[in-house]
Amino acid sequence: MKLRKNVAISDSGFIFNPSTGDSYSVNPVGMEMLTLLHEGTPKEKIKSQIMRDYVCDESTFEKDYYDFTLMLRNYKLLEEDE
Amino acid sequence: MEKKLYERPIIRPLNTGLMNKYGNRTEYMPVTHIEGASVKEMLKKYGSPLFVFSERQIRENIRSAKRAFETRYPKVQFAWSYKTNYLNGICSIFHQEGSWAEVVSRMEYDKALHNGVSGDKILFNGPDKTDADLREAIKNNSPIHIDHLDELYRLTEIATELNVKPRVAIRVNMDVGVYPMWDRFGFNYESGQAWDAINKIMATGKLNLIGLHTHIGTYMLSPNAYGVAGYKMADLAIGIQQKFNTTIQYIDMGGGFASKNTLKGSYLKGTDIVPEVAEYAEAICTSLLNAGFRNNDLPTLFLETGRALIDDAGFLLGTVIANKRLSDGRKATILDIGVNILFTSFWYDHKISPAQEFGSHTEDTVLYGPLCMNIDVVRENVTLPPMNAGDNIVIHHVGAYDITQSMQFISLRPAVVIVDKMANPHLLKRSETLEDMQRNELVPEHLKHNKN
Repeated sequence: MKLRKNVAISDSGFIFNPSTGDSYSVNPVGMEMLTLLHEGTPKEKIKSQIMRDYVCDESTFEKDYYDFTLMLRNYKLLEEDE
Repeated sequence: MEKKLYERPIIRPLNTGLMNKYGNRTEYMPVTHIEGASVKEMLKKYGSPLFVFSERQIRENIRSAKRAFETRYPKVQFAWSYKTNYLNGICSIFHQEGSWAEVVSRMEYDKALHNGVSGDKILFNGPDKTDADLREAIKNNSPIHIDHLDELYRLTEIATELNVKPRVAIRVNMDVGVYPMWDRFGFNYESGQAWDAINKIMATGKLNLIGLHTHIGTYMLSPNAYGVAGYKMADLAIGIQQKFNTTIQYIDMGGGFASKNTLKGSYLKGTDIVPEVAEYAEAICTSLLNAGFRNNDLPTLFLETGRALIDDAGFLLGTVIANKRLSDGRKATILDIGVNILFTSFWYDHKISPAQEFGSHTEDTVLYGPLCMNIDVVRENVTLPPMNAGDNIVIHHVGAYDITQSMQFISLRPAVVIVDKMANPHLLKRSETLEDMQRNELVPEHLKHNKN
């Protein structure tokens, strides 16, 4: 799972999709996940990093990651081959 | 390295140039305490969900309402509207503050007696009074507010039989320029029904007509409507004086003042558009004072305000059960608070606050209750920070009607506490048990054999 290459991510959590012209905002945890996805980081590594940095257990991560990526797909921010 | 606080990841589309009537954040600060008592500790001690009342707010509401009327009119008496909230502890506060009781059923009448209200200080309203109810009210010298001609005739017969002259008022409905017009209770002013009833009472001489009562609507946003009603009530009272040389002792203007809640479909919040009690007081008192009563004949002004005196003193605390994503991408949060205990969610968009710290990001959310019924929707659309299962929320302005209209449906009703001025919570009602619910149930003998 990877973000579209042309999606722009600013440091302040502002996301811009030039393909559609849509823009989005994300919260800090969302920003971190997006950045990792943008870098092509595999899910297991994202999980270990989030659980290392935040007060978050595995099941919370699993369901939130599932929901977050569902929304990324809904907003057409993921690569089409995914 | 200390771990950072985790908040569920959210992504939210940014729309520019579009008005969003739901766009305001519900709340900028978490509500961690109510009158100094910790939300989380109360939930831990009494269970979730939990109704919480503020004693300070109730007393402040009734005192400020009294002040608004008493500074404008010389004779004012409040009567606590039992149906709005008849928990004994709540009623007791209003009675301590000098309110009489206004009841609309025998159950409420007996409750008022149980709460120590003297019978002659219970206004007995409502369309449903049995002969036994009327006899009890006569025995206790309670003012009986007659709703219809059937009641008037029955009461006249009972008075004749008992050879007593009960104290009565008639309920009057009228056009005050507000739609829909409430004409199902009492006798109509414009069509002459009210005068017909008055004439019948005066002609028989069996009843002691001491008052006139009206109640023009509920959640009334127009103080002017009360001014119109005041003039019409005064016209009747002065007419009775002139025609029968009888002085009407009181005019009861009922209730219906709006609380600060926001009605569904309202573009602006209730806190921005609801008139202050002083505005209602100004309209009512001005109409009565200018009506032309001779000084000694000025009737006592009764008020049965309920909602406006209790709604903002009540809170409903609850817990997030789960989050889920609907098929159209909307976020849905399931609470342990259902419409069976939050009946007013059918017509209000309640203000909702998280009970723990949160970040600056929010998302549009549907708030569902725990009932396995499609109608169980607490808020159809509310903007809230992301919350996790186990987080707590506070629903504001639930003091009026939610307790009295709550029901056991799928789940039992929760406990109710009141926080005193020293920040101490006191139990007003224990949470219900299955035993409570089944106390009056019976299973016939032939149904007791279960094959399973």
